[in-house]
Amino acid sequence: MSSVKRRRGATGERPRLRVRSAGPADLAEVIAIDARATGLAKPEYWAGILRRYGRRGARRRFLVAEAGARIVGYIVGEVRDWEFGSPACGWVFGIGVRPDMREAGVGAALLKAITAAFRRLGVATVRTLIARDNQLVLSFFRSQGMMAAPVIPLEKDIG
Amino acid sequence: MRLQKNTLLALYSVLEFAAQPGRQLSVAGIAASLRVSPHHLAKVLRTLGRAGLVDSVRGARGGYRFAGNARRVTLMDVIGLFEDIGAPRPRARRGRRPAEQALGEVLQEIDDTARATFGSVTLDTMLKLIGRHNGRR
Repeated sequence: MSSVKRRRGATGERPRLRVRSAGPADLAEVIAIDARATGLAKPEYWAGILRRYGRRGARRRFLVAEAGARIVGYIVGEVRDWEFGSPACGWVFGIGVRPDMREAGVGAALLKAITAAFRRLGVATVRTLIARDNQLVLSFFRSQGMMAAPVIPLEKDIG
Repeated sequence: MRLQKNTLLALYSVLEFAAQPGRQLSVAGIAASLRVSPHHLAKVLRTLGRAGLVDSVRGARGGYRFAGNARRVTLMDVIGLFEDIGAPRPRARRGRRPAEQALGEVLQEIDDTARATFGSVTLDTMLKLIGRHNGRR
């Protein structure tokens, strides 16, 4: 868990940002953040994520960033062994930040927290997978020092 | 992947400006550090100026200074001013040989990846990367 105080420009102070494990009471806000970004509300998907990742499982993390009384961002990931032939590494497969809290360090705080958790689990690499046209999220991960991984995602239309 | 000389000059120059926002740098000074003629560099800087990435300052001690937002401007924004990298290739034209079409598909895949990479790296991210390389020296 981490806590950082952030400023909101010249107009006043932002409430303290706190990163902690997600709980059932956070789900509605997480679903809303995801729905604003993707245009699709997925309550069943998120209920499943909470079931599988919400309880601080040995290698899974579902974290939220809280500012004041509201949830302003989330991140989900886990450590996987030998996935795609690579040694154990941390995978981030979901991140979202409220649009009015972008560029306030929320994503960076979430990534830092999950990276610290992965490091404690003994892994030295964190990976993610982003759609090529998702420049907002791609730029964010780049700004955090992430570079192209030595893997190439492949797909085939089987419809 | 190779970029044209003017594209590289533009990238190096804009990074130099972005690293010192607000500071006015002379064409001669940057040209010397990049080992090119001031005349050649001036043409590149004029293109950056027209795109709003640098402002020219007139006068005897004139020069240029950064005018963009380093957290928003990407490498692709600069590259796109000088060359057409990764522009969508024409779809399969009638009469194209199958091998030509297949190779075009693979080349398009490479172009799309290059565009996504350049489009996701901001000047601010580049400055951090440069800082890390400086730290390794």
